[in-house]
Amino acid sequence: MLTNFAALEVGQHLYWQIGNIRLHGQVFLTSWILLGALLVFISLGTKKMENDPKGLQNLLEFLWDYIRDLARTQIGEKVYRDWMPFIGTLFLFVFVSNWGGALIPWRLIKLPSGELGAPTADINTTIALALLVSLSYFYAGLSNKGWRYFEYYVHPTPIMLPFKILEDFTKPLSLSFRLFGNILADELVVGVLVFLVPLILPIPVMFLGLFTSAIQALIFATLAAYYIGEAVEEHH
Amino acid sequence: MLAFNFFGATEGGLFDINATLPLMAIQVVALTYILNSLFFKPVGKVVEKREKFVSNNIIEAKNKLSEVKKLEADLLTQLQSARTEAQRIVSEAENESDKLYKEALELANNEANASKEKARLEIESQTSAARDQLSKQADDLSELIVNRLILEK
Repeated sequence: MLTNFAALEVGQHLYWQIGNIRLHGQVFLTSWILLGALLVFISLGTKKMENDPKGLQNLLEFLWDYIRDLARTQIGEKVYRDWMPFIGTLFLFVFVSNWGGALIPWRLIKLPSGELGAPTADINTTIALALLVSLSYFYAGLSNKGWRYFEYYVHPTPIMLPFKILEDFTKPLSLSFRLFGNILADELVVGVLVFLVPLILPIPVMFLGLFTSAIQALIFATLAAYYIGEAVEEHH
Repeated sequence: MLAFNFFGATEGGLFDINATLPLMAIQVVALTYILNSLFFKPVGKVVEKREKFVSNNIIEAKNKLSEVKKLEADLLTQLQSARTEAQRIVSEAENESDKLYKEALELANNEANASKEKARLEIESQTSAARDQLSKQADDLSELIVNRLILEK
């Protein structure tokens, strides 16, 4: 009984079987709930756009400005417009997933197997995001510079070639595992503390978790933008 | 697929990678398009419109300010030239009046001198005439006295 309440059901999933493929149902459930909330929030804020912003529109414009600054500083004035929606979506998705996972008491909802939590605490989600980033920076480099993109690999000297090739693998790896590890570790620490001392003590750790969650979203979006910026940068 | 058994889970585990990955990727791509049309485009349009409006207004205000400054400088130079012109006119008028005054004074002086001279000459001539007459009368008288004295003797 106690071990069940410990809620350390690490590595257990709610499996959905569709034909031959198996899915982690809890990841999709939470992501749909959170993204639904995000979309409702955004459509409420953009319903009546005015020149003098009021209420929600102010918040959304602040968010938009924040994302634009992030994209512009990392990618550069020339092409940041093309990539701003992608960077912003990454930021919003990761942020909403992290905070949603940390703020909503998912544990109160019982599942037959596994438990609801931040979608970013599942390795599939973070690898999916990281691979999208990899594809994006390749696409950005190739579409902006054509074959000259590969000059990047021998820049400034051809000695860099093996390291740059290695980087293409380490980038998605570090991106996905950083996010996955941070969010999962935060969930585990909170889970263990709640199990051991259910009163007061977990609260500072929960706040720390919120902080980490926000920082991880920012780091993920910033690094994604930085990689894209690196790929489109012109070497002279 | 990759499936490490962690913490004794019977199936799955922490690193259980399956079709969740590509589906999540598709979901994120779809979300990108949805957010682009729902959030980034409309908000960007409004924000950039406002930024353009503000920067246009600033440029316009700057233009107006420089125009005002130019007009101010223009007016200042005009005022300056008007002032010097006025000064010039005043000093000219002063000179003129001075000259007129001097002329009038000189004329009056001359006239006075001339009439004085004339009077003096008249007085002189009348004096000499009177003296002549006096001497003539004296002569007549003396002749008369002489004649009387001779006749009585």
